Amino acid sequence: MDAALRPPPDLPPLLAGYRPPPGASDELLDPQGRVRPVWRGLLAHLAGLDVADLAARFHRGDQYLRDAGVFFRAISENGSAERDWPFSHIPVLIDETDWAQIGVGLIQRADLLERVMADLYGPARLIAQGHLPPALVAENPEWLRPMVGVAPRGGHYLHFLAFEIGRGPDGTWWVLGDRTQAPSGAGFALENRVATTRVFSEFYPGARVQRLAGFFGAFRQALMDLRAEPDSRVGILTPGPLTDTYFEHAYIARYLGFMLLQGEDLTVEGGRLMVRTVAGLRPISVLWRRLDAAWADPLELDPASRLGTPGLIGALRQGSVTMVNALGSGVLETRALLAFLPAIARAMTGQDLILPNIATWWCGQAAERKHVAAHPERMVVSPALSTRQPFDEATVPLDPEDPGLGAWLARQGPRLVAQEAVTLSTTPAQIEGRLVPRPMSLRVFLLRTAQGWQIMPGGFARIGRTADPTAIAMQKGGAAADVWIVSDRPVATPTLLPATTAPYQRPRPGVLPSRAADNLFWLGRYVERAEGTMRLLRARNARLAEAGEGAAPLFAVVDPLLAGQGVDPAEGIPQGLLDTLGRATASAGQVRDRFSPDGWSALADLDKTAHRFATRVSPGDDAARALGKLLRKLSGFAGLVQDNMYRFLGWRFLELGRYIERAGAAAQWLAILADPDAPEGALDLAVEVGDSVMTHRRRFALTTSRDTVVDLLALDPANPRAIRFQVEGIHDQMRHLPGVDQDGPPADLHRAVLRLQTRLATSTPASLTTEVLWDTAARVAGLSDRLTEAWLR
Amino acid sequence: MIYDIRLVISYSYDRPAAGGRNLLRLLPADLPGVQRVIRSALTVRPDPLEQTRFTDFFGTEVASVALPAGATSVEFEARARVERLAPTPVLDISAPLADLPAELFELRDLGRGAPHHFLGASPRIAPVDEITAFARAAVRGATGTAAAVRALGRAIHAAMRFDPQATTVDTPPLDAFRRREGVCQDFAQVMIAGLRGLGVPAAYVSGFLRTVPPPGQARLEGADAMHAWVRAWCGRQTGWIDYDPTNACLAGEDHVVVGHGRDYGDVAPVTGVLRIAGGQTSRQAVDMVALPGAARPPRPSR
Repeated sequence: MDAALRPPPDLPPLLAGYRPPPGASDELLDPQGRVRPVWRGLLAHLAGLDVADLAARFHRGDQYLRDAGVFFRAISENGSAERDWPFSHIPVLIDETDWAQIGVGLIQRADLLERVMADLYGPARLIAQGHLPPALVAENPEWLRPMVGVAPRGGHYLHFLAFEIGRGPDGTWWVLGDRTQAPSGAGFALENRVATTRVFSEFYPGARVQRLAGFFGAFRQALMDLRAEPDSRVGILTPGPLTDTYFEHAYIARYLGFMLLQGEDLTVEGGRLMVRTVAGLRPISVLWRRLDAAWADPLELDPASRLGTPGLIGALRQGSVTMVNALGSGVLETRALLAFLPAIARAMTGQDLILPNIATWWCGQAAERKHVAAHPERMVVSPALSTRQPFDEATVPLDPEDPGLGAWLARQGPRLVAQEAVTLSTTPAQIEGRLVPRPMSLRVFLLRTAQGWQIMPGGFARIGRTADPTAIAMQKGGAAADVWIVSDRPVATPTLLPATTAPYQRPRPGVLPSRAADNLFWLGRYVERAEGTMRLLRARNARLAEAGEGAAPLFAVVDPLLAGQGVDPAEGIPQGLLDTLGRATASAGQVRDRFSPDGWSALADLDKTAHRFATRVSPGDDAARALGKLLRKLSGFAGLVQDNMYRFLGWRFLELGRYIERAGAAAQWLAILADPDAPEGALDLAVEVGDSVMTHRRRFALTTSRDTVVDLLALDPANPRAIRFQVEGIHDQMRHLPGVDQDGPPADLHRAVLRLQTRLATSTPASLTTEVLWDTAARVAGLSDRLTEAWLR
Repeated sequence: MIYDIRLVISYSYDRPAAGGRNLLRLLPADLPGVQRVIRSALTVRPDPLEQTRFTDFFGTEVASVALPAGATSVEFEARARVERLAPTPVLDISAPLADLPAELFELRDLGRGAPHHFLGASPRIAPVDEITAFARAAVRGATGTAAAVRALGRAIHAAMRFDPQATTVDTPPLDAFRRREGVCQDFAQVMIAGLRGLGVPAAYVSGFLRTVPPPGQARLEGADAMHAWVRAWCGRQTGWIDYDPTNACLAGEDHVVVGHGRDYGDVAPVTGVLRIAGGQTSRQAVDMVALPGAARPPRPSR
């Protein structure tokens, strides 16, 4: 029998003591305390699981999020730190019919907001007719004067919206706040869905839960449809990895197959917006903007912005690009607007709002202020122009006992809004092995398509941390849960793959922004630098363990090399090495959309392990063994890059970074260790650092000589550690870079590579003197500069 | 009075700059009844890759230029011949300060001339208690808003010392106020902060000031660079008046307007920076000379 049709089970032990707080409605239980029909299937499923089984399933969901690298960046007082995105395992279940009602209300609201937007950036009749006080707009930092009179290309200001909604004690839904500027959370909704299906892997497929893929497919299509011409592109504009929702930006860019761009990736030429790519400027005409408008163009908006694109507003003025959503749409998030929207709805459309928003009073008006002062016990106040989450930490309850309340309200007046202190509904959350009621609000997403607004069949729920169901208690934080829209019929399972009868054509690879290429190049360099440092350190620590200070002459030549990389060999796992790994991670973090989750995990694991070792490893044998472990982890990362990364342009830049770093470093340490005046043991050390001990033994005698070592580590084209091998690699990779097939790589770069190739092909160990090796290191560094000049600017 | 105005702003760089985009607000505005532009021209060296024009929200003409990479010096030159009309004397029939909030509340307008834009905090000028208290003391006894504006302007002129070395373009008004010194920008910003604190909408005006004084008169302060003064809203009846706190006078025949906005950021002569690796130096030179033979107008009232 179908799970959803099974008769309601006895409440499982899990639910013992589940008592919604008085005065709140509950998602799971109806007012009579019976389990609502939509929940029965899931409860029956839960009832069949024992505690250990359930814990294992929850762990599976958490594991998925960790493996996928989902993180939520919480900005703490001492800088920023990544922490896991808290995940509440039990989804919120909502009946499809109820959801359709919510959709009708939100679509009405979306249409209304579009009209308000068009008015505020156009004729401003709402002001002239007295529906909105001018001060709320004129003093609003989100109302952007440069955008006044700039009609959006295609006719619409708003394309993708989110709403925060909650259910009141009588069971009706209320809008708590509008997210119109750059709504976040759609990617998290998707991630939470995947994690939840891992938890309920047997139950979910038959549970008649509406799928999300169709919505995202429509989203992708809607953005593509907004393009000006078929050769132009769609991009997602992000402030970059320091923003708290960057993971989501990278995730959704990868999921939808759009470029993830930062302001500096873009430039304006002839009034058109262009992406700087390794193949030159390419047109882009649609930007899904995840960047707050104030930062978008330092020329006409906040001049302090380093995240924006100078001239972007000029391009908008010329109608060459569509913004999702239009710059300036943040003004619609203004909290005080909620006080006026009900009347604006009647004035503009002749209709009342289907879904009411929470009762709000702007204290700039005498009558409203009086009302607030007379009913302080059910009120919270907050800044009138706030565009933050509803009930954020700036929201405070009024104190009915305060005798100075009226005077305070009068003084603060226009700066304040009062809102009804609403009570939210509760929904089950799992805490310490039991289900307990916790307050929740939903984030719901709406997308404009060619056919009109479409609601995401799902979203994500914010689950309060405490049992207190008043909305203001959500300030204390909480977790996020998936939202299941449950149908009474089997649901379709769409995918993002288009249904087509045309013969398959392999899509052309996308363009590679120069900044992404630059980060991949430096990722390659830093990873290789870390490896080189580790090998040098390991060899040094092994000598220290064997010979102690007897190896001092050797240290005297090795230590300056390490110092050149900021590494102090007196530390077991030196800070300088951790810094290099940190730079590698930061470069990878800049290109997360182009980087496999496995590769990211491998790098993060390496970084974490190195930090752990650093706290307890002492120099000598201990450090040598720890460095061996780190080197094995690093080769795991290198293996992933080699075996799993698609040979797209970005991979070539990563490889170029590795080749250049390895060639430059090898030339340096070989110059020192193979110098005729180098101390005893230096040649053996060189062979070890060059990871060629076995090869040397097999090809030559047991003992090293300058000739054998220089031949093997510099000139041998078959040794993947030799300098020559790196230069051949550089040459190979460069032939595939854009602009090369027409007239060769930028001529001087090509010549420089050829000269190095010739030197290494024609030199003998004797002619490759210390001076020539130093010169080789300098020339390799020159290649890096020229390459940057040609492709990465 | 007819003037020939020439402004040169130049930058030189230690190393070639990477190119970039600038917005320029350098040319006098054509303002019917106030000033008439007879001719004007903007020259950019090196030749820009692109040059377009638009009118910003507050009505200022803006040139947008894209400069090529590789320049070690950049020069913007504005030349204009402008007729500045004699101002009509201000009859102080302005509303009392106390009536302004009600007048503002009734004014349902969001257009470029609406006073609402100039009352609240703007990015560079927010009302602060310290300046508001100073302003309140300065305007005590003033009968109308226009009188209050002049009283505050005179008080700031008396309290602050003109010193081109004391401040930079980014000095906040409160810093300049506490030091009691600065240039025209600081005088104007302090006065705007004070007026906003009193509930008087106040705008920042960028323009030129006659550099060569009429015979027998002292040279005005701030004439060797672009000048800035204040525009204050004195109620529906009187509207806007322009006051120059650096010289403690109503802006008149010696003042030529380029544009106005909420603060310096809305009317900065040059916006946008070139990407450069090394250091840079900049220079600004202004000449505003009355054409010979033009009639001598009465001096603006002090």
